[in-house]
Amino acid sequence: MISEQLVDLSRLQFAATALYHFLFVPLTIGMVWMLVIMESVYLMTGNVIWKDMTRFWGKLFGINFALGVTTGITLEFQFGTNWAYYSHYVGDIFGAPLAIEGLMAFFLESTMIGLFFFGWDRLSKPQHLLVTLLMAVGTNLSALWILIANGWMQNPVGAEFSYQTMRMEMTDFWAVLFNPDAQAKFVHTVSAGYATGAMFVLSISSWYLLKKRDVEFAKRSFRVAAAFGLASVLSVIVLGDESGYTVGEAQQTKLAAMEAMWETKPAPAGLTLVASINEVEQKNNWEIEIPWVMGVIGTRSLSKEIPGIHEIKAKNRERIVRGIIAVNALEALRTNRQDAVAKQVFEEHKTDLGFGLLLKKYVVDVNTATPEIIERAVNDTVPRVTPMFWAFRLMVSLGFSMLLLFGLAFWSTLKSACMGKPWLLKVALWMLPAPWLACELGWFVAEYGRQPWTIYGVLPTHLSVSTLSVNSLYGSLAGFIGFYTVLLVVEMFLMVKFARMGPGSLGTGRYVNEPQFHA
Amino acid sequence: MFDYSTLKIIWWLLVGVLLVGFAIMDGHDMGVGTLLPFVGRNDLERRVVINTVGPHWDGNQVWFITGGGAIFAAWPLVYATAFSGFYWAMLVVLWALFFRPVGFDYRSKIHNATWRSTWDWGLFIGGSVPPLIFGVAFGNLLQGVPFQFDLYMVSTYTGSFWQLLNPFALLAGVVSSAMITLQGGAYLAHRTEGIIQERTIRAATGAALLMVLAFVGAGFWLQGIDGYRIASVISTNALPDPIAKTVVREAGAWMVNYGKQPLLWLLPALGIGGALLSALLLRLRWTLSGFVASSLAVLGVIGTAGASMFPFVMPSSSMLAASLTVWDSVSSHLTLGIMFWATMLFMPLIILYTSWAYSVMRGKVTAAYIRENDHAAY
Repeated sequence: MISEQLVDLSRLQFAATALYHFLFVPLTIGMVWMLVIMESVYLMTGNVIWKDMTRFWGKLFGINFALGVTTGITLEFQFGTNWAYYSHYVGDIFGAPLAIEGLMAFFLESTMIGLFFFGWDRLSKPQHLLVTLLMAVGTNLSALWILIANGWMQNPVGAEFSYQTMRMEMTDFWAVLFNPDAQAKFVHTVSAGYATGAMFVLSISSWYLLKKRDVEFAKRSFRVAAAFGLASVLSVIVLGDESGYTVGEAQQTKLAAMEAMWETKPAPAGLTLVASINEVEQKNNWEIEIPWVMGVIGTRSLSKEIPGIHEIKAKNRERIVRGIIAVNALEALRTNRQDAVAKQVFEEHKTDLGFGLLLKKYVVDVNTATPEIIERAVNDTVPRVTPMFWAFRLMVSLGFSMLLLFGLAFWSTLKSACMGKPWLLKVALWMLPAPWLACELGWFVAEYGRQPWTIYGVLPTHLSVSTLSVNSLYGSLAGFIGFYTVLLVVEMFLMVKFARMGPGSLGTGRYVNEPQFHA
Repeated sequence: MFDYSTLKIIWWLLVGVLLVGFAIMDGHDMGVGTLLPFVGRNDLERRVVINTVGPHWDGNQVWFITGGGAIFAAWPLVYATAFSGFYWAMLVVLWALFFRPVGFDYRSKIHNATWRSTWDWGLFIGGSVPPLIFGVAFGNLLQGVPFQFDLYMVSTYTGSFWQLLNPFALLAGVVSSAMITLQGGAYLAHRTEGIIQERTIRAATGAALLMVLAFVGAGFWLQGIDGYRIASVISTNALPDPIAKTVVREAGAWMVNYGKQPLLWLLPALGIGGALLSALLLRLRWTLSGFVASSLAVLGVIGTAGASMFPFVMPSSSMLAASLTVWDSVSSHLTLGIMFWATMLFMPLIILYTSWAYSVMRGKVTAAYIRENDHAAY
């Protein structure tokens, strides 16, 4: 049996490296469009300040991008190194979007970024803008394909299990591609990235304005960021991926956990604002609720019910019991592929195979699972409620506070008054970490909320790992922590240094803080 | 459109194309990284060297990422078994690669000699370690790797990291390192002039000779190594089921394909001839032709290894039947088909815009260019 420690360490390593990677990705996704906007204005007006804006924010973009690339390779490697069984079991479906991401998007993005930085004197103005635009398109397509892969983990459509190959196989590529879960995720995630890019530019511009330096440069940057940020944060909230939560059981389970909905409530359900959660007795001690809202958001209707945790668990208990039959039939078939009886039993029960496999966390032979063990497996099927409930609420509050900030910032730029409101500039500066925190919480809700599965209903997390030694995991985890700490220190050092230096770092002679050094 | 067994062969070729593409494109960046501390003796010279690949390394690195993704999609069992089995080797490659993006982008942003020279050695590690490890990995594939599958197809690797570093594998590592150094040298010679170019050509000549020696040596050695052969009748159109076949180990099995198909001898000939020709052309200062010749050598060397192992991809030394082959470690018919068309659609586009990027940035990188672009260049 796979050691629990190995599973925990593999999960910890994946979570740590993915959360770390996700510090850099949203900023890249968002900033790249702001570069397109700034350079478009440069092309239209010919005013060189817009070129300087594109180049200076591009410099900071580059510092961030370097770490995005560095840490992205880790994630691709890690499916193979640490999640070998996962890679075998679902590679037929999951591998395809990853490979297409490389072919269609990442090649484009990475080739164009070189020309973006080095091509200013070698390309005509429209050509350079085209390069920037293609870089943005590549970046966003990249996010699309990754989220198609991730969406399939939440809602595994268009695939079927094959006992001959002992894995999931793709049956309908278009279903994987147009998975509603993936589409909702894409819109929500890239919008969050746009908001992150906007906040970055808004905060740093506010700092220049507070210091009253490079004012013309900062004012224009502030204006672009305010407008872009307002549109983006509205999109995050309105097109938030709650619309995707009605699709598939994984999302229903997640929804129930993050709303602390123990019981199925009559439609339309109320939205719980805060609650005192009692995980032991599986109820809320008290809660404050706004009637109707949850039902409307979650189902886009007044009559559909949203299942509560107890109802979900009851269903899952039945599926686990049927899953035991599926596992037995599968093991018979793996020993003798010609066993016709086992084949028929398996075909009838194979939709519950994943639930039967949940028991493998506790027993090698699923037939030996006692009622207590089955009960433990049932309880595993819903993630812990407290972290889900509060992570989601914190993320949403950060979203709404950003909406307020971008709204105020946009309004003040319309009145050209942003110079006159130091309190707003200060708030904008101090809100800088908000989008990162919100993005990381969003990732947590999506991924922790899918536990105990890597592929919902198909493959339990504890079976997905590579059969490595625990010591290997301690070693690699220590290595990642060491490398990533050093990289973060270096990156932050450069980012802060160049942000402080401001557009003067371009060496054009048009700004304060022109560097004195020479090569 | 294609039947399953045809697609399986096509994907063996396509993975080969991606590996060769990676070795030619990312390989020349890595070769430049390997040469960096030696052909650039001061900061300005090193900046010249780095800026020959500055605008391109990022795009080229995607050959590596896409190659990994394509193996994941087309050969999921190979991806799973190789990456987890070679755990520490893969982590060393990964951590070495960490030095590249930050090394390129951060190095010249600070005017401090220690800072810059630290990143130079980082770029050296990022350029020299991966090709060495990939060569060692190939050397191990040729000998078979100890892994097995259970009823559930869970793979267990029973070797250790240190076992990978056996003499034959290390020799394969030398072939790979020298090949990539030559590849980087040929590119660098084309993009530089003067003293840097001279040093580079000298280094590239040495790399070419070393590569040929090690390659020929490994070729002779290989004939004495136990190769693998499928002993049962295999239905190439069947669903992939790696443990269903019978495999035997025997001396000389890796030479069987060359006996059956003598045209395959062109591949090792291309490896040797391409490397020697490249060195010659570089000495004549026909640098672009020299780069083409070294790229052909890359094709020859990788092709030689692939052709002698076909249809094996990753033989198992501890459970012979578990050996992964092009017939039984692949994705479903549908996925192979989709991935084939995706590759056919996007690969020409990639080649097109990559060529455009190189043509925009063409010409020699000089010290004067670095001085003029002090704030923008790497």
